Amino acid sequence: MSPHLRRTLVVVGHGMVGHRFVQAAIERGLTETHDVVVVGEEPRPAYDRVALTSFFEVGAEALSFLPTGEYDDPRVRLLLGTTVEEVDPAARTLRLSDGGELAYDELVLATGAAPFVPPVPGHDLPGCFVYRTIEDLEAIREAAAGARTGAVVGGGLLGLEAANALHGLGLETHVVEMAPRLMPVQVDDAGGATLARHVEALGLRLHTGVATKAVVERDGRAAGLDLGDASDGLSVGADVVVFSAGIRPRDALARAAGLDVAERGGVLVDEQCRTSDPHVWAVGECAVPGGRMYGLVAPGYAMAEVVVDALLGGAGAFTGADMSTKLKLMGVDVASFGDAFATTDGALELVLADAVAGVYKKLVVSEDGRRLLGGILVGDASAYGVLRPMVSSGIELPDNPEELILPASRGGGAEVALPDEAQVCSCNDVSKADIVAAAACDGTTRAGATCGSCKPLVKRVIEEYYASQGRTVDRSLCEHFAMTRQELFDAVAVHGHTSFDEVVAAHGTGRGCDVCKPTVASVLASQLGRHVLGGGRAVLQDTNDAYLANIQRNGTYSVVPRVPGGEITPDGLIVIGEVARDFGLYTKITGGQRIDLFGARLEQLPDIWRRLVDAGFESGHAYGKSLRTVKSCVGSTWCRYGVQDSVRMAIDLELRYRGLRSPHKLKGGVSGCARECAEARAKDFGIIATEKGWNLYVGGNGGATPAHARLLAGDLDDETLVRYLDRFLLYYIRTADRLQRTAPWIDSLDGGLDRVREVVVDDALGLGSELEAAMARHVTGYRDEWRDTLEDPDKLARFVSFVNAPDVPDPHIGFRAERGQQVPAEPDGPVVLGSAIPVGVPR
Amino acid sequence: MNGAVDGAVSAPASAADVAAYTPVCALDRLPREAGVCALVDGHAVAVFRTHDDEVFALGNYDPFSRASVLARGIVGTRGDVPFVASPMHKQGFDLRTGQCLDDAAVRVPTYDVAVRDGTVLVGPARESPGEGP
Repeated sequence: MSPHLRRTLVVVGHGMVGHRFVQAAIERGLTETHDVVVVGEEPRPAYDRVALTSFFEVGAEALSFLPTGEYDDPRVRLLLGTTVEEVDPAARTLRLSDGGELAYDELVLATGAAPFVPPVPGHDLPGCFVYRTIEDLEAIREAAAGARTGAVVGGGLLGLEAANALHGLGLETHVVEMAPRLMPVQVDDAGGATLARHVEALGLRLHTGVATKAVVERDGRAAGLDLGDASDGLSVGADVVVFSAGIRPRDALARAAGLDVAERGGVLVDEQCRTSDPHVWAVGECAVPGGRMYGLVAPGYAMAEVVVDALLGGAGAFTGADMSTKLKLMGVDVASFGDAFATTDGALELVLADAVAGVYKKLVVSEDGRRLLGGILVGDASAYGVLRPMVSSGIELPDNPEELILPASRGGGAEVALPDEAQVCSCNDVSKADIVAAAACDGTTRAGATCGSCKPLVKRVIEEYYASQGRTVDRSLCEHFAMTRQELFDAVAVHGHTSFDEVVAAHGTGRGCDVCKPTVASVLASQLGRHVLGGGRAVLQDTNDAYLANIQRNGTYSVVPRVPGGEITPDGLIVIGEVARDFGLYTKITGGQRIDLFGARLEQLPDIWRRLVDAGFESGHAYGKSLRTVKSCVGSTWCRYGVQDSVRMAIDLELRYRGLRSPHKLKGGVSGCARECAEARAKDFGIIATEKGWNLYVGGNGGATPAHARLLAGDLDDETLVRYLDRFLLYYIRTADRLQRTAPWIDSLDGGLDRVREVVVDDALGLGSELEAAMARHVTGYRDEWRDTLEDPDKLARFVSFVNAPDVPDPHIGFRAERGQQVPAEPDGPVVLGSAIPVGVPR
Repeated sequence: MNGAVDGAVSAPASAADVAAYTPVCALDRLPREAGVCALVDGHAVAVFRTHDDEVFALGNYDPFSRASVLARGIVGTRGDVPFVASPMHKQGFDLRTGQCLDDAAVRVPTYDVAVRDGTVLVGPARESPGEGP
């Protein structure tokens, strides 16, 4: 191939595996030589189908893998809402549903699978659905709105997910499974029985060992199922019927193109996932390597990597996959791994069943009792992270393997050292050695990035590695406090300390430093809500807080009056302009929709602020680890697209949280529609209007480690939005580390964003009313720091250039002109004033 | 050199010497664990008072940031060393010697200082203030 000739790679299908293929192609440099065109039939880019059910809680956007709708690499083109009608392998072209034609050099089929709908009478009546795409779920939700009962045909993993969804939509829900137990592929009879007890306790009605004969019709719609046991044919009433009876590979394109397909469906591929045509590849659920279909995402990802490798000339091969599964179904842990059904010759089973606790655990061990072959866990799958890698690595079992599944309170929780080659993350094939290697160079792996079930194990591997290096994870604040900021926060709250002296005497050593003093000052400010310069607290503050302004490189300060939501009157603008002009200040518009005035000398700050306060301005807290701004777009008042009044909401929130001291600066944003012009998802808390209310996103950060905010809760009314925000902010303020912004704070929580949702939305800790009350105290106790300072001669006395010559400008401060404004000019060294300068009498 | 509040200085200065010092402010203008900037013979001098009421004086000029700001730093201890952290980039300076605690090659000038009758007085720069960067 000529290096100058770019080739075209077409990917058919933009599901999880197609997306993964493109990611790998970009990361491994395949796009250096290939233009990639991805054709996806769904109207939106790839999303997390594994977490499909959470669509009802968080909406489509939160599931998206590509919220911006495009890849960072311009050589990748995404055609959505488009199907491929026909492939011509001889001409290497394909025809699109929009009539267009594409030529390819290499073609990757990632068309996935389709739900299997048993051909029973009535299966295609209105009211019958499948459970595969966001559109399916939207249709189910719509149908459920006017329905009372629902039934799911199929009691497998996905069927139970669907049943849970119907139940959550308020329907009386039946599950019909042909096999004698639920999840027949993953668990045995005893495990299925345990699972059934949990599921029935939640209010679902189970019918196992029963075949669906027909969907019963009434008035042209589905009305129920005929299970063959009712005289009138209506065994189970169901206004909504969801078929979840397995999936079939989507191989129609390949079939029509004359590629080899398996007898039972699926595109036949070799170990490199190449089809019978050397320029066509197939990955994921549409492909059947060795004639076998893998209905999980992890093997699909592995196939995608193999094809990228092959196209780069590598020798990677797909030789089968770990079909282990762990999931949480309706709050019930279910895991199945390795030889779960003890099919190995001589395999022994070791079972712990606790009907009271609703726990069933089974280990399958080799005949000699030395190796773990597989297992099933229902009700408590916490041991999965340790057990599954033991199967793949063949590590020798401890003498009392039952300890591995006993509850910790009964002597269980045995620690087993994993060998380096043990696969920790099966979704992304990351071994313990990969994680350790990444930890050693502060790198990253994909471990935990897909299903997340291995995260606790990943954390343990990393901690073990650090411990082995003699690096304890020391979270002491500084030499004066052997505690974290959170522990300090709790100690101050419990003991009711009101000063640094009390805190350091009770919990620390020495006299503090530039790390712990501002931290204690911030904790005291969060809890007491008193002036940061009062009660001797000025000496604790960093220079920005100490002088209520931002120090700049020549020792002058910048001044930022608050402009809530970025809304300002012409008169307000004129005042700021006049102040800047009269004091010779450099002006610049900030990213937070306000105006920064630079070059104020320390002794000028009170005079500048007197002018601003008199004109109705107040501190913007640009100097504090505190709320900065709540940015807004112009919203429904002016914008023809706006659906909510984003400016009003931004102003309300900025005024509510102004002055709130936090571990790091806090920023908010409110957008009046999904176009997101306020860039709210770049903020610690971002709010985006919907037709029904507001979506609340949290954990967005700019800076050196940018992060997009993720959806915490959707379609909230004003009151609920504010309540969740109150809780979120105070939960962060109470538990984050010093200088830890919201994104890393969320990541640091066990459970991450889900944990935040539990605490903030579900109120799992019962802290909600306490956090709301604390915020209410903040709101009522708020006072403008600059106004208070101007009214207090003691506080004002600190704003002087020289204590004995308060009106003499510091000669070190010099300026030069640039683009019509003054900017700092640095001296070469200490500057000596002429001796003629009058020095005041000591006061 | 440092002076204890209304007590003897640790390196005793004669009454005549102290009489020649520049009075800069009343002691109560200088809170514990804080600094103020004073103008002494045309020089910007940072005067600090520690938790145990000792008073120290350093040049106010921070050689790292090249700005006259040290008096605005946070005062505390590193081990047993009373120190100020520059408000710009947090380098620590030993209040007793002016030695930078984060860079052995950097030291800021120190000044004699005393407290008499509730007034803080700053004397001349010490003989060998050390070299700047």
